[in-house]
Amino acid sequence: MKEFSEIQLKALKDLILRMADDQLILGHRNSEWTALGPILEEDIAFSSMAQDKLGHSLALYQVLNKLGEAEPDTLAFTREEKDFKCCHLVEYPIGDYAFSLMRHFLFDNSEAIRFEMLADSLCEDLANVAKKFRGELKYHTMHADTWIIQLGSGTEESKARMQSALNDCLPLALSIFEPGENEDALNTGNIFPGEKILQDEWLKRIKIILDKAKLVMPDIYTSDPSYGGRKGYHTEYLKPLLDEMTEVYSIDPEAEW
Amino acid sequence: MSIKSLDPRITREHIPEQPDTNPLKEIHQWQTYEVFHQAKKGDHHIHVGSLHAPNPEMAFLLAKEQFARRYKCVNLWVVKTADIFSTDYADEDMFETNSEKIYREAGGYKVMDKINKYKSEHKEN
Repeated sequence: MKEFSEIQLKALKDLILRMADDQLILGHRNSEWTALGPILEEDIAFSSMAQDKLGHSLALYQVLNKLGEAEPDTLAFTREEKDFKCCHLVEYPIGDYAFSLMRHFLFDNSEAIRFEMLADSLCEDLANVAKKFRGELKYHTMHADTWIIQLGSGTEESKARMQSALNDCLPLALSIFEPGENEDALNTGNIFPGEKILQDEWLKRIKIILDKAKLVMPDIYTSDPSYGGRKGYHTEYLKPLLDEMTEVYSIDPEAEW
Repeated sequence: MSIKSLDPRITREHIPEQPDTNPLKEIHQWQTYEVFHQAKKGDHHIHVGSLHAPNPEMAFLLAKEQFARRYKCVNLWVVKTADIFSTDYADEDMFETNSEKIYREAGGYKVMDKINKYKSEHKEN
């Protein structure tokens, strides 16, 4: 493994933790649709992608473990709320299906681009994770894009609900790109180009789909992005989620399930 | 009254205990699609089931997770059920004598005797 400077290693760990926590929390959130999805076939598809997300988070926690952090289960189930680095977007309750679908669309497109960028990262373990899940993410974004276009160009009701979900979700989605600590060190070290570049690319890509769906992109500069998550300041929704997610582990850490 | 479940996710959705069982009226835009799965390039596509979808693109999206998430798959076909021409079970008798026509099968020809005879004649060589 390539030798990183102390400051690079710190920034790298911060980046991986942010990514892993996003995946874990959104995976958990999306799994709440299991058995409640709008139609049977979609219920299965959405649940399956939620499981994929947990798989992504595990792979990322394993990279952290190799870099000297605790075991994946310890990281996932024993940290306090303030030690989580997920963004606000993933913390919100599932809402109606329009909201969950829009969040899935906005988040997974950002994830797909992030992993494309990381495929060339000098952090080999991270690059390998990014390459490994390329196919899964291709399906996730295809699923999201197709639904958005389908409902955006559907009935009056579906159009109105998708537009309203987009208006609610987009400012929250900007929280994905809250800059991490010492990002410059990652950029100059060819580890990760940075959240700003990612956000610009993401805006271009979602615009193409939103245009096809005939949805109107809200002005992203009218509201402040919902920052704070990357520094451990969370919405009121994260704590109850963590309590629920860690319930079994807290009762019996040795339990097999 | 809403459903109280051990699963908190279900309880907080406040799902009525008596579900609305009236069938949806506007279901016309959803059709069934048949799904065919190919495990290896060059293999036949095999029918694995059907699902509901409004168009072929959506049918593919849903078929992928439904029928291709556990086993190896290299290719999927989805076909509108209505586009498949199917025989009627009332005409099942068309197929009835098939099992008697062993003369149509290679094994039905009496060649094994000749082969065995040839083999025994040439054994010493």
